[in-house]
Amino acid sequence: MRITVRINGDEHQADCWEGESLLFALREKLGFPGSKNACEQGECGSCSVLLDGALVCACLVLAAQADGHDVTTVEGLAEGETLHAVQQAFVDAGAVQCGFCTPGLVVATADLLQRNASPSDDEIREALSGNLCRCTGYAKIFDAVRLAAGKA
Amino acid sequence: MDVLTPRSLDEALQLKAEHPDAWPIQGGTDVMVALNFDRGRPATMLNLNEVQELRGWWRGDGSLRLGSGLTYAEIEHGELRTVLPALAEASRTVGSPQIRNRGTIGGNLATSSPAGDALPPLLIEDAVVECASVRGTREVPLGDFVTGVKRNALAADELITAVVVAPSGAAQTFMKIGPRNAMVIAVVSLAVSAGDELRASFGSASPKPVLVTAPRAEAAGFPAQVAGAATPIDDVRGTRAYRVHALEVLTRRALERVLA
Repeated sequence: MRITVRINGDEHQADCWEGESLLFALREKLGFPGSKNACEQGECGSCSVLLDGALVCACLVLAAQADGHDVTTVEGLAEGETLHAVQQAFVDAGAVQCGFCTPGLVVATADLLQRNASPSDDEIREALSGNLCRCTGYAKIFDAVRLAAGKA
Repeated sequence: MDVLTPRSLDEALQLKAEHPDAWPIQGGTDVMVALNFDRGRPATMLNLNEVQELRGWWRGDGSLRLGSGLTYAEIEHGELRTVLPALAEASRTVGSPQIRNRGTIGGNLATSSPAGDALPPLLIEDAVVECASVRGTREVPLGDFVTGVKRNALAADELITAVVVAPSGAAQTFMKIGPRNAMVIAVVSLAVSAGDELRASFGSASPKPVLVTAPRAEAAGFPAQVAGAATPIDDVRGTRAYRVHALEVLTRRALERVLA
């Protein structure tokens, strides 16, 4: 089946198998490999994207469900060569180890700060509870979120 | 495989009648896991995301209709927090923000897992499940809707359209035990209310939701009564003995909250 999705502001089309996830379509069909594929069951948050502005796991959205909808991926955050404030904060804080969880955490953090510009540590912990870092680099990730929120 | 995407409830019911084996998909937080891990390969998927009649919630005469497409995030953050507080507390414990933005109350009912977090808080409020088909609409009390582990009374041509509940206004709370706060399938969960009588229901401790009641004057014996009504099993998440013990402790703590 053919789906039409507005990704990072531009309309894209792809021919999908009916049972495939939005994550698979993004990575393998639509040329957006920034969202990472790990658990495929909504546990790890590596595939976090915004669907019509809501933070979701792309692995748990049927590609067909995104037909006619807006998706923002990590590729849509930077403005040309200028990193998004959250991306820059992750670099500056050294919040990246292996990097696999980073795109999902960056999208989830951008979503948090857009709704709550000055989150408490508890609010950060809650907002990022669906994103796992297997390197366990959570202390630096917290530093990055505080930095992006202008609190560090 | 076909994906059918109806644009109205009438169209959705017509398609379910024509394709009774179709898998309905709303938030996808259970269904997509089954697809991704090849635990099922339906000939037809029925995508309910575009059926506006299933979304949100609204007030009827003395009762609330929670659309089956109502998400945990909508319950957690909206006015329902004060109207159905135990359900809101339960919603806040589901998965992660990503899961709560997609997962729905209708999906929790349809999956009919003993661990379904919405079930105990809905049962203590006498919730009724609205099941619709081209043949008509029927209302099934939640206690009768779930018939066993991942089994329910939904007919092949029916869809869950709403949950109808008349909020009791009773003091109520929800508790859940798991290895961490987020992304946890309940080792055991509990909803308790104290209105005209004491009411409790629990998750992950019986094949289907059970309602336990007692007069308010018998609060002292209620924790043991609740634990005694549980019929849990030993599994990867916990033992039968632990779950029974935990339910007694949780009920005691819950009563401290709701009787305060």
